[in-house]
Amino acid sequence: MIGSLPPAAVMILGALLVPLLRGRARTGWVLLLPVASLAALLSLGEGEFGQASIFSYELTLVRVDGLSRIFGWLFHIAALIGLIFARRGGSALEDASALVYAGAAIGAVQAGDLITLFVFWELLALSSVFLVWARGTERSYRAGIRYLIIQVGSGVILLAGIIAHARATGSVAFDHLGAETLGGKLILLGIGIKAAFPLLHNWLTDAYPEATYSGAVFLSAFTTKVAVYTLARGYAGTDLLIWVGVAMTMFPIFYAVIENDLRRVLGYSMINQIGFMVCGVGIGTEMAVNGAVAHAFNDVLFKGLLFMSTGALLYRTGTTKCSELGGLYKSMPKTAGLCIVGAASISAFPLFSGFVSKSMVMAAALEQNLDVVWLFLLFASAGVLHHAGIKIPFYGFFGPDSGIRTKEAPTSMLIAMGMAAFLCVFNGTFPTLFLYPNLPYEVTYVPLTSAHVISQLQLLFFAVLAFVWLRLSDREPHELPSTNLDADWFYRRFGRGVALAAGGVASRLRDAVAARSVAVAGSAIGSARRYMGPRGVLGRTWPTGTNVIWVAILLLVFLLLYYASTPVTSVPPPP
Amino acid sequence: MASDKRDMGEQVKDRGRHYFDDPKRWKRLIAILIVVCAVVFALDIANPILYSMTGFELRHPERSWEGFPEFYAVYGFLAYTAIVYTAKLLRKGVMRDEDYYDR
Repeated sequence: MIGSLPPAAVMILGALLVPLLRGRARTGWVLLLPVASLAALLSLGEGEFGQASIFSYELTLVRVDGLSRIFGWLFHIAALIGLIFARRGGSALEDASALVYAGAAIGAVQAGDLITLFVFWELLALSSVFLVWARGTERSYRAGIRYLIIQVGSGVILLAGIIAHARATGSVAFDHLGAETLGGKLILLGIGIKAAFPLLHNWLTDAYPEATYSGAVFLSAFTTKVAVYTLARGYAGTDLLIWVGVAMTMFPIFYAVIENDLRRVLGYSMINQIGFMVCGVGIGTEMAVNGAVAHAFNDVLFKGLLFMSTGALLYRTGTTKCSELGGLYKSMPKTAGLCIVGAASISAFPLFSGFVSKSMVMAAALEQNLDVVWLFLLFASAGVLHHAGIKIPFYGFFGPDSGIRTKEAPTSMLIAMGMAAFLCVFNGTFPTLFLYPNLPYEVTYVPLTSAHVISQLQLLFFAVLAFVWLRLSDREPHELPSTNLDADWFYRRFGRGVALAAGGVASRLRDAVAARSVAVAGSAIGSARRYMGPRGVLGRTWPTGTNVIWVAILLLVFLLLYYASTPVTSVPPPP
Repeated sequence: MASDKRDMGEQVKDRGRHYFDDPKRWKRLIAILIVVCAVVFALDIANPILYSMTGFELRHPERSWEGFPEFYAVYGFLAYTAIVYTAKLLRKGVMRDEDYYDR
């Protein structure tokens, strides 16, 4: 039965039942769905399924090939881990929206045409915003509204691009698009918003930290990775993306260093990691695209693990601010340990997952003689170590004791974090068992060489040494409660100010026009009253005699005019 | 608006001292780090000697500047330091009060 349903439909339709279920029944149902959906995907094999046509365009609902299959695997694993994590305290609303959200992500990466892609693209936005709103605070409500506007806007730009592309080519097939045509450019812009390109990125750092503790785990897995997939599908080898990617790896590391909220640090960290993927897609060789995809896979797991450990902190302490945390390893030692696994993975220590995927992108850059790009990426790797490798575990769980004492994270959370941690180590240690064989192209890269291990250990340990030196000599930036201005200032402050000022001008203009209109109307009424009112000249009552005189005068005038207009003709004499 | 959902547990009794309460433990950790750094540092010095003796290389540089001994160690240390100082500079420009956008 499942085999005939598109895999995306399993979770989306299954979500409809969630509000009716409670307790163990709901747990069983929501955990069954990703497994059933994965079974549906694996039963398909490679190929295209679910063809339909609409307005003479050919749709392909499901396409399974090397590129979409690995993302399919990834999203199922992420959904399962996230749903296990959300077992404690998660509402039915969160479960249902997470299921629809995961289903939409799966549908988007399997879409064989741009129209299907667009539908799932918008569904991603609509389903995920509830994970922000479910937090139930004023801040999350406002952040969710901003998130929704930007996400739906990205879909509208995507749609405009699809229309331009379809008019130019007559096809809506989703294959390589390129940024040369108008349609290609618009689609790239729409994807760029979802991929958090520089200056288009603030929806991410704005909304993700305001989501529920489990909502952020789902959010970190799907939206941006769908964007990476669409870039890899449509824009591999687009040179522009190399430098967009480099910029994405670079600027967030500085923001992450001074950010106080650990989940916002992770938001900046996400942009930094997506930068490596975008750069790989831009380089566009088989090794680079493999690296981008492998890194997307690993990033979902280690970033998910970090979002889960900070989510557990939020669940137990009510905050994720560095300035309020510290010493939590005393209450939550297991969570702290799992957090360190995630931190080691993202920092790309040997035997952890980042080591086998980030290096593929960097090796591909060197292979293409992009030495400067490579140096930037190496610099950014040191930045990753700072904000994700050290800052998250150190200020979250170690650091000066905040005095907060609580309980270890609930078992369901520990199980979910344990699964993610296991996969981080598994992929890092045995990349050839699952990760590499499932990449879109054949892998010739060997990560675990003495040269790579030694150079990476030198880079990382000396960066840690720099941290120790800066920390002990009090040169590390202090953890301060603060807001850091970023590109969102332009719409949250400047744009808002302009809108309010424009509103003020418009309102004064309207008042002035209204006052003037009232004056004009008033004077018109006044003069009408003067001439036609009870005492007006035209409103007076007249005696009948006057009327008779006027009628006589009118008749006289008429007679005179008649005579004047009648031509004088001579009457011919009678014969 | 409903408040944040959380379960902070009951008041948990603290069972006294913890591993890193003792400053010696931090010092030991730092000592281990310094030893590890010294080892990976030494590998780059040992590499050419090893090569001349056995013909085996621990790492063969792909680029001349990358083959410079201790390139990665120096780059890691300097990059990290540069990031911290740049970020502190950035903070002077962009830092505002926590409720900046809420006002």
